[in-house]
Amino acid sequence: MKEFFAQFAIPHPSLLIYIAMASIVFGTIALVAVVTYFKLWGYLWREWITTVDHKKIGIMYLITALVMLFRGGVDAVMLRMQLAVPENTFLEAQHYNEVFTTHGVVMILFMAMPFITFFFNFLVPLQIGARDVAFPRLNNLAFWLFFMGMGLFNISFVIGGSPDSGWTSYFPLAGNEFSTSVGTNYYMIALQIAGLGTLMTGINFITTIMKMRAPGMTLFKMPMFTWSALIANLIIVFAFPVLTVALAMGTMDRLFATNFFTTVNGGMDMLWANLFWVWGHPEVYILILPAFGIFSEVISTFARRNLYGYTSMVWSMIVISVFSFAVWTHHFFTMGQGAFTNSIFSITTMAIAIPTGVKIFNWLFTLYKGKIEMTTPMLYAMHFIPLFTLGGVTGVMLAMSAADYQYHNTMFLVAHFHNVIIPGVVYAMLAGLTFYWPKMFGFMLNEKIGKATVWVMSIGFVLAFIPMYITGLDGQARRMYTYSDATGFSFLNMVSFVGAGIMTVSFIMIVWNIWYSFKNSPRDISSDPWNARGLEWATHTPIPHYNFAITPDVTDASEEAFWDSKKKGTQLFKGKIEDIHMPNNSGQTFVMSVFFFIAGFAFVFSMWYLAIFGLIGILACMAYRSLEDDHGYHIHAHEVEEDEKKHAQKGGAK
Amino acid sequence: MGKVNNNVPLEYSTEENNLKIFGFWVFLGAEIMLFGTLFASYFTLVDRTGAGPTGAEIFEITPVLIETFVLLTSSFTIGLAIHAMRIGSKKATISFMVITLLLGAVFLGVEIYEFKHYVHIGAGLSVSAFTSILLTTLGTHGLHVTMGLCWGSFIIFQIWKRGLNSVTAGKTFVFSLYWHFLDVVWIFIFSFIYLKGMM
Repeated sequence: MKEFFAQFAIPHPSLLIYIAMASIVFGTIALVAVVTYFKLWGYLWREWITTVDHKKIGIMYLITALVMLFRGGVDAVMLRMQLAVPENTFLEAQHYNEVFTTHGVVMILFMAMPFITFFFNFLVPLQIGARDVAFPRLNNLAFWLFFMGMGLFNISFVIGGSPDSGWTSYFPLAGNEFSTSVGTNYYMIALQIAGLGTLMTGINFITTIMKMRAPGMTLFKMPMFTWSALIANLIIVFAFPVLTVALAMGTMDRLFATNFFTTVNGGMDMLWANLFWVWGHPEVYILILPAFGIFSEVISTFARRNLYGYTSMVWSMIVISVFSFAVWTHHFFTMGQGAFTNSIFSITTMAIAIPTGVKIFNWLFTLYKGKIEMTTPMLYAMHFIPLFTLGGVTGVMLAMSAADYQYHNTMFLVAHFHNVIIPGVVYAMLAGLTFYWPKMFGFMLNEKIGKATVWVMSIGFVLAFIPMYITGLDGQARRMYTYSDATGFSFLNMVSFVGAGIMTVSFIMIVWNIWYSFKNSPRDISSDPWNARGLEWATHTPIPHYNFAITPDVTDASEEAFWDSKKKGTQLFKGKIEDIHMPNNSGQTFVMSVFFFIAGFAFVFSMWYLAIFGLIGILACMAYRSLEDDHGYHIHAHEVEEDEKKHAQKGGAK
Repeated sequence: MGKVNNNVPLEYSTEENNLKIFGFWVFLGAEIMLFGTLFASYFTLVDRTGAGPTGAEIFEITPVLIETFVLLTSSFTIGLAIHAMRIGSKKATISFMVITLLLGAVFLGVEIYEFKHYVHIGAGLSVSAFTSILLTTLGTHGLHVTMGLCWGSFIIFQIWKRGLNSVTAGKTFVFSLYWHFLDVVWIFIFSFIYLKGMM
């Protein structure tokens, strides 16, 4: 009995972990109490948990992403705090390992991924003039699988211990010999479950974009964000199965004593590194391409000019997506594959800079002769261009394999990838969030606070990461929990810590802005407050759950259909209102995801009876779904007309 | 359900079915990557046998030939089932589906025997990198066949209960794509794992 419970204990507890545990417990109790007190369980179940509305699913992704941004952010501040002074004892080595591992995983997979998936969900159907995604219920399932994977990963430090072998989880470090707690089991299984959800998203959105575009919308008339979503989802479908296999093998090595990545009986630890990065490198582009899409929308809107070089923008994305699969070895130039292989991957890596450069120039040419209006989203974009270019240039430095022997595993690398991911992905997501906020919630975020946030964030960013380039070139290794004063790194690390603190302030300002604007912003805004260009602004605000009363027809319009209708008077909505067919909500997908969670948890702790129970539950849900007859329902034309009248009175578009 | 178009085969007659069939092709793209990764790993680890046996030492041609024969035949019979569906014969569709699944079950039975044999002769999952990847690759395919057997039985039940309509036809067609795909994967397994391993 004692042994049974011993496996759930934290192997390396500390005061910080106990505080975090207590806050989680009290937080959960408070949340449950509030929901119960206001009798919200039914509302949550009917309107959110079981929803098949792509807009609501998008918002659930958004909430998850923001919560995880703060969880990963706390990890980041802890890391910088530990390194702020030499020989610090704030975190011990093991705890530091766990924190940088979870920081990496949470930020990439449970923050950035749901953030872009939020945009896929919320924007893509609106931009292509569709009523929903191709598979609404699969969409709900995809969210809950992702959510359960996220949940499983996040309970690791409360039950059984966090993963501690880095977000790349290299073997043999991640094998049973060196990672003795169940932490790495959590990593393998949580990522597997969340990855399944992501793969479903990929299939769903490829089908949606290929098959459900409004009449007249040819591929080369799609809005730039939709293009980026299509390419990113294609990369998802081709890259995520590789991760699936790698994680399955890693799980088997840990639980069933197989020999894929061991150092005995023929096992090959480098196979993990290869498989991981065959997925991991395209993953970078899964994140950055939609970010580019958002910046394209923002820049063309606030430069008041159509996007320069639309076709080259599209082709550069296609080229990037192909190259993204041909560069994975640059993540381990020093691990002994020889000069010839390194040279090949060095060249392909540098080649990616070309299409990326094309995009940068296209944005600059869009700005040139544009009537620039410096709103908050535009300010994010303006800060993005120089900062991201700096990150890109240091990327080319890292791409030189011979020189990489100097930079490898130093802070220089850490500075580089934060320099592309933060101004690239995070700025894009925040720009897009500010830009589409009125479309989602019917009020604008405060511009003054918003612009101040961008400046604070950029100042914090520069202070936090530029010093790392210098300490990295001087040889400060990454993933080391401390250093001696004699290295001379202390001052620059203190600067980094101050920068991290300033960035924290900027994220708190975002929360404050949301709260402040919720209280004070006027609600009588039109459905097109930014004077924007795409079809997504042609619906009412708030968007009716059927999106468009009449399916738009963009035969006569360009890729900026709504702009054409405003300026040239192009008719978008032809024909009359008809009955609309809508899918029913479903709770079965949520139940199935819970079984996934149960099975996953059981696998982490090798509790086989519980695992079998979970798997049978999953199969039962699939069987139920297979036999279920669900025809959806119709909204009748007169109901739509009444709805439209109500919206029109509130000052909607059209 | 959408509008029904009578000029195309039943499985393509509704908008919803068109989406589902297209989506399934995309899913098969992901499956190609899944098995592609397994094959790439197999070729990487095939000679890394440690102290365990090599492929040439453990592979036996007879069960493999039986497996190949029944699975290829089942791919033919699922084709006949789709043909029967197109000409609107419920009875023939069900019969050919049942034959397909029975052949699939025989395949699975032989594969289970084969696995038992491997474990018995000291080529179990944890013996070496080679046996790990061999049994994982075969096992992943076998797991797909098992899922197919469950899925196919549910579809037979629905055709039997509800007859051939756009919904059941769409499901049957998608299932047939899945089944053919498993056959294609098996051809690769047969050629590059067994035949190459025995040479």
